Amino acid sequence: MKQIAERRAQIAGFTIALCLGFAAFAQNVTVIRDATILTITHGKIEHGSVVMRGGKIVAVGLDAQVSVPSGATVIDGAGKYVTPGIIDTHSHTSVDGSVNEISLPNSGAVRIGDVLTNEDVNVYRQLAGGTTTALVLHGSANSIGGQSQIVKWKYGRPLSEWFIPDAPRTIKFALGENPKSSNFRPPPGIPAQYPATRMGVEEVIRKSFLDAKDYMAKWDEYDARKKRGENPIPPRRDLMLDVMADILRGKVDVHSHCYRTDEILMLLNLSDELGFKVRELHHVLEGYKVAREIAAHGVGGGTFIDWWGFKAEAYDAIPYNVAMMENAGVVTVVNSDSDELARRLNLDAAKAIKYGGLSEDEALKLCTINGAKLLRLDHRLGSIEVGKDADLVIWTGHPFSTYSRVETTFIEGDVYFDRTKDLAMRAELAKEKRDRLKKEADEEGKNKKGKKEPANG
Amino acid sequence: MVKRTALLLGIAVSALQLSAQSVILNNNGKKPTVAIKNAMVVPVTAAVCNNCTIVFSGGKITAIGANAAVPDDAMVIDGTGLRVYPGMIDSGTRIGLTEVESVPGTNDISELGDLNPNAFAAIALNPHSNVIPVTRINGITAAVASPGGGIVSGQSALIQLSGWTPKEMLIQSPLALNINFPRLRTSSFDDQPQDEEAEKEARKSYTEQLDKLRDLFRDANAYAKAASARMKDVNVKRFDRDVMLESMVPVVQGRVPVIIHANLERDIRAAIKFADEEKIKMILADADDVARVIPDLKKRDIPVILGPILAIPPREDDPYDLIFTNAQKLNEAGIRFSIQSDDAHNARNLPYHAAMCAAFGLPKDVALKAITIYPAQIFGVADRMGSLEVGKRADLFISDGDPLEITTNVKRVFIDGEDIPMDSYQTLLYKKFLARP
Repeated sequence: MKQIAERRAQIAGFTIALCLGFAAFAQNVTVIRDATILTITHGKIEHGSVVMRGGKIVAVGLDAQVSVPSGATVIDGAGKYVTPGIIDTHSHTSVDGSVNEISLPNSGAVRIGDVLTNEDVNVYRQLAGGTTTALVLHGSANSIGGQSQIVKWKYGRPLSEWFIPDAPRTIKFALGENPKSSNFRPPPGIPAQYPATRMGVEEVIRKSFLDAKDYMAKWDEYDARKKRGENPIPPRRDLMLDVMADILRGKVDVHSHCYRTDEILMLLNLSDELGFKVRELHHVLEGYKVAREIAAHGVGGGTFIDWWGFKAEAYDAIPYNVAMMENAGVVTVVNSDSDELARRLNLDAAKAIKYGGLSEDEALKLCTINGAKLLRLDHRLGSIEVGKDADLVIWTGHPFSTYSRVETTFIEGDVYFDRTKDLAMRAELAKEKRDRLKKEADEEGKNKKGKKEPANG
Repeated sequence: MVKRTALLLGIAVSALQLSAQSVILNNNGKKPTVAIKNAMVVPVTAAVCNNCTIVFSGGKITAIGANAAVPDDAMVIDGTGLRVYPGMIDSGTRIGLTEVESVPGTNDISELGDLNPNAFAAIALNPHSNVIPVTRINGITAAVASPGGGIVSGQSALIQLSGWTPKEMLIQSPLALNINFPRLRTSSFDDQPQDEEAEKEARKSYTEQLDKLRDLFRDANAYAKAASARMKDVNVKRFDRDVMLESMVPVVQGRVPVIIHANLERDIRAAIKFADEEKIKMILADADDVARVIPDLKKRDIPVILGPILAIPPREDDPYDLIFTNAQKLNEAGIRFSIQSDDAHNARNLPYHAAMCAAFGLPKDVALKAITIYPAQIFGVADRMGSLEVGKRADLFISDGDPLEITTNVKRVFIDGEDIPMDSYQTLLYKKFLARP
């Protein structure tokens, strides 16, 4: 096993080396000139320039209006398009191992940020599709699954640099078939788990919040007595109730997996009754049936544009869902839930034009600024504006054309993917792999020979 | 209590089946004379014809040309600003064989056991599946429906995406036998070797599977020989019929091709060797590593079904665009290929699988061929379909742009000359909830 782990690390090393080769990680100034810039929030600029310095966008406008700082690296963007980095609000990429702490109905105490790896090559593949930011979540086996993590895909850099310092804390809830274990059995040794119905899912969430309120009251009482100069015994710390209490205090954003009308309304009603806020309904494939209720609660919707029929609760999914929610005033995003789909969220956004007739500008928001809003990071992500993070993507054509490709992806001004460099490094990487495997095989051969020698006659 | 649960379950299941039966308007069985005028007609096998008229009648294309005569009785469609393409053909799907993936009662893809050459997709097609209208209103008019389990999964059917009965949908059945070629997995991930014990186990199971496959072909050859001997001479000893071996006779006689599904280089090479030994007509499918075996395919003129293209590469250190670039490599090498979605519910996205190949080097016109004329050629039905040519089936659609672009809308679809309603379960839900008071 150890040997395998070591080899795995070596292989991962190849791809990480690839990425390290790209990023300069210096505070260089880079300018993209003469490109079509899709700013998202301020329209389209033809023959435009963007200047990146110190990880931020410091200028954007027509070529004529933007001066090139001396010493800047200049990229010719003629014929190319520039967008902000794609934001994926539903990812499981880079989770090292299982995504489900399957043993409890509420495993809200656990944190996905504790089990991320920076060696998942799918991160690099997503950079090659223009995705720069993701909300990495637990699975949906539990009504309350655990705390999620917002990251930037800084492949090749230490994990500590992936976390966005001012990003909100988030937690994953799940409703419907998955938390009620409809489509799978627990692994051997783990008994069947409550709940088995949507009624039970509601009860798990309700009880968790009620327990949290009692817990908060105990701590309030403790604090009050302490303030009075008494010497009370503190209540017992409970990590699950800590996070439930922080949801009630508005310190942790709720992101909930859901499909059907009834469960969507259940959660919205529960949030009214118990006083917590739901930030984004994920999947929400029947969101179009109750779009006005979702909008009235100020809750966002993140969905697959056209997946359907993979289970009973996904049978009424329609690709018009995105346009219908967006038109009803729901801040809507297309997100991936998939290592594969996360590489082309721009094309999922384009489908909202085909299905339901969103305008190009509205559709562009689905994979950029709307995601930033739902992650409460729109002050620094999601559009091309002065002062925002220099997370940019250069495309060979309009990102809604199926014939376009990503040329270069920047995060905070550093290059994390560049197609020209990727192509140039392939032969070198293949040779490195061959050499290392050969060296390893040679060493193994030597060891085997050594073993065959008779020990002491 | 047990009885009651069973009863409740029965109700739940039948409710689901109800919802899984399409109530979408079907074709009306009429094959009118239609003329589309002033359109850009893209025949695929000939030059694009601008300001063109295309006429079809009785299910067949009767004229294409700038000056084609419009018959008096024709229904005339003004195609100004619009384009006409041959209907797209998906080279590999589960259409008609599944409704809800997670509900076993709605799935008829995988039969039990390893060897099921006598499982015919044509038998289990649900012509009223909601998947069918969802797919065809994006311009996909025909699809290969294939079974999927075990080593020998069964036989595919080429179907048109319209019809009141399975038989009405069939264009060709059996179309091909499907083999999931046994995979030798001596690595736990990527190229990394397993420990010796696990490797031994993997090799043993691989050999057993290969033996099973070889035995089946040996028995089928013997059965075919005996059957033809008895056909010629009634004095040859009578033998009991065997449905499984009987279904293999057209395969071993080379009349029905074999789609061999193999993905990695080692498995593809083993599959080619097997096809050589058995002298079968091989079509390679899936084939992420196809670029590594080009000379072997070229030498034998083995065609390839690529896809799904929108998939991640098999190994950690593969180029990120490995699967996107395979089509162009085959195209450059002159190897015949087509593209499949390998999907059911989202087979409608077939043109975007092809487009991804074009984004990575495949000429756009070739990408279109890979989902029209090329599959027709590979499956031996190019005399009937796959392009807009006089005498071919009137399988076509009208769009407002390039169908490989997502933002293009398909306006109208004709299958075998029948005017297809542009509705699906999904468009009806859309209309229903737009009208919510």
